[in-house]
Amino acid sequence: MRYIEPHGHMVSRTTDDYQAMALAGCAAICEPAFWAGFDRKTADGFYDYFCQLTQHEPKRAAKYGLPHYCWLCINPKESEDMKLADDVLALIPEFLKAKTVLGIGEIGLNKNTRNEMRILEKHVELAVKHDQLILVHTPHLEDKRKGTRLIMDVLKAAGKVKPERVIIDHVEEHTIGEVLDQGFWAGITLYPESKATPVRAVDMLENFASQRVWLNSACDWGHSDPLAVPKAMQEMRRRGHSAAAIDSLVYGNPVRFLSQSPNFQDPQALR
Amino acid sequence: MSDSNPLAGTPRRTRDQVADLHFMDARFKLLDLAAFLDRLEKASGPEDHRVRGLRAALPLLLQSGDDRVAQILHLWSDPSVAPIEKADTKAASGVWPGLK
Repeated sequence: MRYIEPHGHMVSRTTDDYQAMALAGCAAICEPAFWAGFDRKTADGFYDYFCQLTQHEPKRAAKYGLPHYCWLCINPKESEDMKLADDVLALIPEFLKAKTVLGIGEIGLNKNTRNEMRILEKHVELAVKHDQLILVHTPHLEDKRKGTRLIMDVLKAAGKVKPERVIIDHVEEHTIGEVLDQGFWAGITLYPESKATPVRAVDMLENFASQRVWLNSACDWGHSDPLAVPKAMQEMRRRGHSAAAIDSLVYGNPVRFLSQSPNFQDPQALR
Repeated sequence: MSDSNPLAGTPRRTRDQVADLHFMDARFKLLDLAAFLDRLEKASGPEDHRVRGLRAALPLLLQSGDDRVAQILHLWSDPSVAPIEKADTKAASGVWPGLK
């Protein structure tokens, strides 16, 4: 069965992962900018990273027949250095001209600090100014509920943000309801330990009626699984859900959200 | 397009069917948790705040209702609402350290 991986950090993965994802039915991959596991010291480092996301990684994915898209930002983990963050923000408009950029992301909060909030506000302003979609990272573990609420406050305070053009990712059982109630899209991230498992994700999908939801693996350099979405699809099949229902969630929903960007093309239309 | 998620709605499964699908998975996780608590029992030193949070969540498992996961996640969450001035770490521990 086909699916879209709407959130995968492929710069951290091997080409074997691209092959495995293609064999599992992946039709397109979207890669948000994120933290490399260490703090980069200069804006030049981010310039190279944005080149990697917009130029190199699409070529690597294409070898397996996979369209590759990306999102741009400085991750909240690196937002404490306000000077660096401002310098990186100044780079982004040039890269928004690339044909595979979907929007600004994954922006958000990590430890819910004042500096993280200021840089989040600047990212949101940038997205509004350039009419870009927004992909939001919500904090980890005990910081998630508070951070999710602060992020939604920032998005609402910005005034011109349309909730249907924002996906708030890494929701769990205690945050998904508030996110959907406020009109945003919700992303459920499937991690072996620290976010939702495929089984819990399917429980959430059975419990919340909204169609504004997608599943992603957020596979990166840490403990994560690039085949997590197909594993969730397998769980749906085990529970007796129809092929059409599964397709609607793991393919139709990402297409519906991402097609709000003029750069995204439904993979089916490319075949 | 409708805003209705095609998986949502009353589960069409019996409890036997759910147990057939997921009992063994839950069984091994419960035994792993028991083993973790046994390991802690044999260790020395004061109780870690994460373990305190885990123990505080255990009674929620025995309550009725269908939102145990959300209740536990709420229990472990930072209850404050204002941004903090500065963080002393990038990492989260899994349980709000102030939980009593």
